[in-house]
Amino acid sequence: MRKAAIVGIGHTVFGNLSDYDLVDVMSFASTNALDDAGIRENRKIIDQVLVANMGGGIINHQTGIASSLVSRIDLEPAMAELVENGPASGASAVKLGYSLIASGMADVVMVTGGELMRAVTGWVATDFVATLLHPEAEYNYGITLPGFGGIFTRMYMERYGLTEEELSLVAVKDHENGSKNPWAHVETICTIEGICNSPDAKVVNNMVADPLRMYHMCPVSDGAATVILCALDSPKMKYFKEKEPILLNGIGSATDTHCLHHRKDPLELTAVRLSAERAYKMAGLKPEDISFAELHDAFIILELAISEEVGFFKRGKAREAIVKGITRINGSLPINTSGGLKAKGHPLGATGVSQIYELVKQLRGEAEKGRQVKNPKHGLSVNFGGFGNNVVTTICSKE
Amino acid sequence: MIIDEMEKKLRPPEIALKPYPAKMITLANGEVMVVREVHRNEAAVLLETISPLIGVKKDFYDIVAARMYAEVLGWHLYRVANEFVLVGAINGEIVGLVTSRCVDENIGMSLHTLTVKRGLRIGAQLFAAKMEHHLELLEQKEVWIVAESPNGFKRFLIEYELDSAEDRYPGVQHELGGVPTCILTRTLYDAVREQKVTGTRPVPAEILGTADVLKAPGEYPQIPGYKRSRK
Repeated sequence: MRKAAIVGIGHTVFGNLSDYDLVDVMSFASTNALDDAGIRENRKIIDQVLVANMGGGIINHQTGIASSLVSRIDLEPAMAELVENGPASGASAVKLGYSLIASGMADVVMVTGGELMRAVTGWVATDFVATLLHPEAEYNYGITLPGFGGIFTRMYMERYGLTEEELSLVAVKDHENGSKNPWAHVETICTIEGICNSPDAKVVNNMVADPLRMYHMCPVSDGAATVILCALDSPKMKYFKEKEPILLNGIGSATDTHCLHHRKDPLELTAVRLSAERAYKMAGLKPEDISFAELHDAFIILELAISEEVGFFKRGKAREAIVKGITRINGSLPINTSGGLKAKGHPLGATGVSQIYELVKQLRGEAEKGRQVKNPKHGLSVNFGGFGNNVVTTICSKE
Repeated sequence: MIIDEMEKKLRPPEIALKPYPAKMITLANGEVMVVREVHRNEAAVLLETISPLIGVKKDFYDIVAARMYAEVLGWHLYRVANEFVLVGAINGEIVGLVTSRCVDENIGMSLHTLTVKRGLRIGAQLFAAKMEHHLELLEQKEVWIVAESPNGFKRFLIEYELDSAEDRYPGVQHELGGVPTCILTRTLYDAVREQKVTGTRPVPAEILGTADVLKAPGEYPQIPGYKRSRK
């Protein structure tokens, strides 16, 4: 199979971008990536554009987004398609971009993920995301993603003895990293005293989906991110001289039952495990080779559970890692160096691309002061669709 | 000020309002915010705090700041009846403020809530303190509320599950211009009080002392690059 490298990355700030339309926001990230790759003038070398987005048609009343983006940034006649795979749309689009390169259909692929979710209230946004659940067995009964997050957290706490304070340490770590990331939606730090132990904590950190409180969940964000892939054996690689190419070393995806209650053990995230196994196999790596990771912590319990499924820790042991500081920026296995979905934000279609952006940024050594991992070689990201029913794991490496 | 006869005629009749006892709230980032009532002789620092935000279009800061500037000035010059102003201050620096007034002994009229430091639910805490003052300390029966921004609508009208004023008082309009008016009744307040209202009293002297002399913010996240020159 042909090998591909990431040769350009772009990002917008995550947060409230409701002054712009969806394609504007995607254009900002895309042109940022063109500049990063040094091909603004030679942008027509891009063969294919893939756009990752989940809600354009539903909440922004906008379709045909891939064609619109190509036109907005003057990339015609590049091929262009939309990829929708729920919150895992971003990494799925990167996977498909890689497939096009591997198959020989394209040499240079731009993948832009973006979402504008703050155009609607939080209630409408939550309802829109819940449309990915089973319509009759789940959605119709009022189940939402935060609802599943709460149920999952409660089960995990009961089985493994995780406490609210231990869980909150994930938020403290993520906010600390996010406060140093200029793209992050949430710029403030939080403390255990402030969100857990003070007499005001129950109001300041209000309950959302028992036992999950506000600081245990990602915000609703707007934003976009872009990566540009190029086949390593392509003559077009000559255009990418400005930045160190980062190898897209492994990428795998897997699915699980649509209905959560069909799973033998709801705490087992089988699709995460299988997608990671496929990515490790493709890259020829093992969990212990990974220097740092970006894990899909839409609810912070997922950072712990995913880190166990991808083989970083044994089941139920991720709580010890967070308590010991292993996953902090200066720990032996930093997780969510960008702030994660928790602090950086979670514009659905953008998230998977943004995670890979962060892998590249860290591997290039370009992360901001205070959140650069020391000498990273391999970074891993997990983009989690549905409630774990469609997951993509990506491994990027220094060449 | 010497109050001459004309000035006396210009001033509205006032109800003597009970003072709002200061409280302190530990925020999510661990900082302690003192919430206290402001006195008329402190109006200048409030105006200084509000005025830069009049030019900020995003999130409707312009309309909220412009109206609040007028409310604070009107209160300072005795042109608004029964108004009170509460501030949130961290180490003496104003991070948010709220304005409100009593129509009579039973009805409160919520005016505006303005947050300078964002991302810590400071506006939510100050709005809750305003409702606490109306319904618990001043013992009023209800508070009339409108929202002039989507943030206000989401934070207050939806989260407090307010009643529509139209059902209760057909045709009656809120003073802020007759936009759809909602009412926080004591029953609705009691239903959400535990999730919305917090704070510790009395505030230890060393913490209360930090808010004795209020300072206008040195920087505004809403105005990138803004730096206030300190005299």
